[in-house]
Formats: sequence, structure tokens, C-alpha cells
Amino acid sequence: MAATDSASHPEPGAYTALDREPLVLNNRSFSWITNRICGIIENKQPFLWWILFIPSVALTGLTAFCFTYLISTGVGVWGQKQPVAWAWDITNFVFWIGIGHAGTLISAILFLTRQRWRTSVNRAAEAMTLFAVMCAGLFPAFHVGRVWMVWFLAPIPNANAIWQNFKSPLLWDVFAVSTYFTVSVIFWYLGLVPDLATLRDRCKPGVKKMLYGMFALGWRGANRHWSHYETAYMLLAALSTPLVLSVHSVVSFDFATSVVPGWHTTIFPPYFVAGAIFGGFAMVLTLMIPVRAIYGLHDLITPKHIDNMSKIILLTGTIVGYAYCMEFFMAYYSANPYELQTFKMRGLYGPSTWAYYWMFFCNVFAPQIFWFRKMRTNLWAVMIVCQFVNAGMWFERYVIIATTLERHLTPGSWRVYTATWVDKMTFLGTFGLFMMLFLLFLRFLPVIAIGEVKAVTPEADPHNGDSHEHGVQENDVMGYEEPASTYPGGVKPAATPA
Amino acid sequence: MSTTLKRVHGYLAEFDSVKALYHAAEEVRDAGYTRWDCHTPFPVHGLDAAMGVKRSKLPWFVFFGGITGTTVAFVLQTLTQTNFWSSIGLGFLETIAETYPTVVQSKPTDIWTLPAFFPVMFELTILFSAFTVLFGLLALIGLPRLNHPLFTSKRFAKFSDDGFFVCIEARDAKFAQEGTKEFLEKIGAKNIELVEDDI
Repeated sequence: MAATDSASHPEPGAYTALDREPLVLNNRSFSWITNRICGIIENKQPFLWWILFIPSVALTGLTAFCFTYLISTGVGVWGQKQPVAWAWDITNFVFWIGIGHAGTLISAILFLTRQRWRTSVNRAAEAMTLFAVMCAGLFPAFHVGRVWMVWFLAPIPNANAIWQNFKSPLLWDVFAVSTYFTVSVIFWYLGLVPDLATLRDRCKPGVKKMLYGMFALGWRGANRHWSHYETAYMLLAALSTPLVLSVHSVVSFDFATSVVPGWHTTIFPPYFVAGAIFGGFAMVLTLMIPVRAIYGLHDLITPKHIDNMSKIILLTGTIVGYAYCMEFFMAYYSANPYELQTFKMRGLYGPSTWAYYWMFFCNVFAPQIFWFRKMRTNLWAVMIVCQFVNAGMWFERYVIIATTLERHLTPGSWRVYTATWVDKMTFLGTFGLFMMLFLLFLRFLPVIAIGEVKAVTPEADPHNGDSHEHGVQENDVMGYEEPASTYPGGVKPAATPA
Repeated sequence: MSTTLKRVHGYLAEFDSVKALYHAAEEVRDAGYTRWDCHTPFPVHGLDAAMGVKRSKLPWFVFFGGITGTTVAFVLQTLTQTNFWSSIGLGFLETIAETYPTVVQSKPTDIWTLPAFFPVMFELTILFSAFTVLFGLLALIGLPRLNHPLFTSKRFAKFSDDGFFVCIEARDAKFAQEGTKEFLEKIGAKNIELVEDDI
């Protein structure tokens, strides 16, 4: 141990072994952080913002048009026909809800595990979560057929005093997704309050100041408030952690609790959760890498952040790959001929094997280049892999949903599913909705949590620059003598008088 | 609207850095002040101890909020889907709520269909807890409020950027117009301001 330590630090005195890579580069001051992040909102938006915003609004209109067409004409305009009753709509729902998992994962799980790097990306990821869940919610709402009856999903008895079937995973899903959205909004808003106060204090008196002030709730940064606030934030993180794991588990129950071969598997909940995190992080990177470049946030979103997120993509992608293989193996090992036949037709000779291969390539093979640090720090490579993952995760849901139903139990009911233009345009339009909401978020709210980023700078530590420099403990808490290699130059410094 | 009548809110003192604020907080605590607070742009680690602030009671509220959620989900589901309440002699509840057991999916209509109710019980526990966190927090910190005497200070707006403030309020028993100012100067405050509020 001692030999390697001294070997890796050749220069005596230049001791850095216990120094961490800084989370904010170039020793930026508190006011620099405030100015840079608030500047995004206060300055004129770059031309590119409009170039992205206008088509996004147009695409949102496309979705609105498609849904109007669907309602006015009938569900036949979608490609679903028996036995493929769930197709693009549910695929899109699961796709978007999966993307909506990264935000809460970053906010909650990384908060509880003290991953301080989360502060630079959590705000945008949480916002993205909300927008993705909004896009997701549209599909099941219209999938019910008569969208004006969608209130039947709420726990209210209908005219015949018949209540919802609480034993159905579809109803569990209603509760899971609506709870997830509500709790995510609370979490996001609570995190925004101190930053809204910053914006309020920078605004000139007027409508803007009034609005920011109203939503900042009169926040004045009092430590007696921070004390309760931090407890509240931690509680929400602790509540959201099981919640985020439950949401996609419940989504997977929609399939796993059925008796359809290819769906009725116990691996679904963990496999769906890993896939959701995987797809969600890809979308976070897809959005944050351009935001970082356009708004000059290089000192706040550092290569370390991108590196960490790429590692998570590699990990979850590999878990997903394991699940794909294990699914296949269990189909064989279960000795259930229907299950095995389903998988053979999914992956070997069915009508949609191309989708299966796409899924496998995008989700399992593409992220493997992240084993190399060079690839994780190359933004183009990261962006390309993320696009593969975004596409791959859509294909995964398509494979699970549509290709399974295409080859149902009886060959007599087999049918090749094809999507109509309405299916495709509706889905395309939700990207517009998602982008439009995200661009408005960039325009009006701080994209990075100002207060939280300040709190992870060295100056925010009240003991910054005190003794114990570079993390060396002069007196070990356990009473053991430190090895000589712990000290700069291998020489123990003289004890400082108390 | 401004009148000539003013009420002293307290002394607002600015400090250079987190470190200066932290040590000042320890001094103010040790001097025996009780009605005072630090104002910072972000939560400062360890400042609660330096100020002598006790742990938040919020988790207790949330615990009971969560239990309420579980109970609501349990009652909602058992009352509308099973004959559990009549089996324990509380059948009048089903009469009042006009519910009857739902017989679907070949599932039992007694209490043993309970596992199917776990997901909704879990979700409502989380939902009620989260709302308790939000509203419990707002109740504990006394927000939202429309204004505060501190906002009359021009300098105070820096608290949300890079300013570190201590405010000792006039309602503190130890507060003295001269003595408190001297004390703040002694512990290293840079800009000391008497904050007055319009009556």
C-alpha cells in the first residue's frame, strides 16, 4: 500500500491523493454562479432557442391534431386490431414514463447516497421527468377509447355504484403514475423555492418580480428555515426512492400479471426499472450536453458529470442485456412450449425480428464503448450512444408489446401489426411537446440548482482552509498511527498547539 | 406607503464568508441570544449546531401523514371490493357507503385478497407523506408570507446571491440598541444596519 501511494505521488509536498476532483471548475465564486445561471433567464435567448422552439410548437400542434382526428373519427385510425390491442400507444407510454425516471433517480437516490455531483444536473433532470410523464400520460388517456370517460380511472363510483377494480394492475398503474407525477412536482418545486428567491431579488419591480416572488413564498434564506427545509428535502428523497422503483415495477405488472406468453415473467419489475434508468439518463445527456454548450455551463456541468452518467448508462445497459439473455434462457428452461415459441418468434424467425435486433444492438452493444474513458469524455461519442439508447429503449417496449401480441397463443389469430400515419405522427408530436416544455423551462426557470451548486464549492464549507489540509488526519479517530506515506513528503508534521 | 412611525426589527450584520458567519453564529449562541437567525444563499453544513438549532420535528408529522395514507387506501379498497367490514360486524359501513363486494378475476371477496391491495396502499402512503412534507414544512417555517421587515433592507437582497447575514431581532430579551451593535462589531461583522419596519 505504502509503496504504491508514494509511487503515484512522485513530488513531495504536492500531495493530492485525497483531494477530490472539484465539482465546479476554475474556482468560480458564488456570485459568478448566480450570474451565469440567472443570466440564461435574464438575457435574450440565443437564436437557436427560437429555431428549436418554433418547430416544437408546430409538432405539439401535430399531436393535438392527431388526437382530435382520433376522437372525431374513431379508434380505427390507429393500427391496433385484435389480437394486437396494445401497440404504439402503450409502447409510447412506457417509453416516456421510462425517460421520466432519471430525474427522480438523480434527485432521490443520488441524494441519499451523497453523490454531490448530482447538484449540477438534478434540476434539469427533474424538469425533464415532469415533461416526460406529461407526454406519457396522454397515451393511456386516449387509449381508453372514449377519452371523455377517462374520469372512470379515478376512484369515484360510477352511476351504478360500481367502483374501480382495485385488484387490477391497470388501476395500480393509475395510482402509481399519478402519485409519481405529484410527488415529482412537489420535489421539484421545493428545490426551486430558494432559486426563485434569487430570481426575485434580481428582478426590477414589476410583473416578473411579483410572479417569482409569489412562487418563492417569501423565502429569506433563514437558517431556522433551512434546517426544516433540509429535513423536508431528505424526507422527500427517502419517499421518492422506493416510489421511483415502484412506478416502473407497477408498469411492468401491467404485463407480468397477465397470462400472455412473453409477458408473464418475474424478471419484469427489476428489468423495467433498470431499463427506465438507462433510457432516462440517455435523455438527460441528450438534453444537457447541448444546453451546456449553448449556455456556456462548462464549469458547472463538467466532464466528470458526463463521465459519471455514462458509467450509469453502461451499468444499466448491461443489466438490461443480462435481462434479455435471462428472459430467453428462462423461456427455454421453464419447459413451457408457448413461452419458448414466443421468444423464438421474437428473436429468431417472427415478422418483427428486425426490431429485436435493433433493440439488442442499441441497448446492449452500443453502450459497451463506455468501458473506455476516452469514449466517456468524447461528447460526440456520448451523444451518438445516447441516441442509440433513446431509439433502443423505444424498440424494447415495441418488442415486448407489439411483437408478443402479433404471435398470440393460437396461430389462427396471428396478425402482422403495422402502424398507421396517425400512430407515427402522434408519437412524433410528443417529442415536440417535450421539447417545447423543456425550452420554456430553460427560458423561465433556473436550469441548474443555484443554491445547491454553491453548497458543493469549497468556499461553502465553514471549515474550508482550516487544519487537516488535504484531508490528512493528524490524529486518527481510532487512535492508530498514520503510515508515513500519508504525509506530504513522507514526513509527519509537528503537532500544532491547540 | 410610508409613515414616519417606525418599529425597530433588529440588527442585520453582514459577514465576509461562510467561515466568518459560522464562527459568528457560535459567538451569538454563546452570548445567549435566542431571537436571531442566519441568512445564507444555501444551507451551511453544521450551522444548526453552531446556532444551537434543534432537529426538525417534521419527520413525526410525515409519519402520521403516511399512516393516514395507508389507512385511507386500506379502507377504500376493502370497503369497495370485499366483505371484510361486514365480517367483523361493521356491515353498516358498507350500507352507508353503498358498496358491495366486487366479484372479478376469481379473487376471493374476503380479507385474503389483501395482497392485491398492497400497490395502492403503498402509493397512497407515499402520496400522503409527500403532501405532509410540503404543508408541514410550510407550517413549521411560517411561509408563505407576503412581506417581511428584512426586505426593507437594500443590502439584504444579497442573501440569495453571496451574502451571509446574521439578524438579531429587537424582540430578543438581550437586545440593546448600542450593546448589540458593539457585540456584532466585536465578532467581525462588516456592515451593520438597523432594520426598521413601517408600522
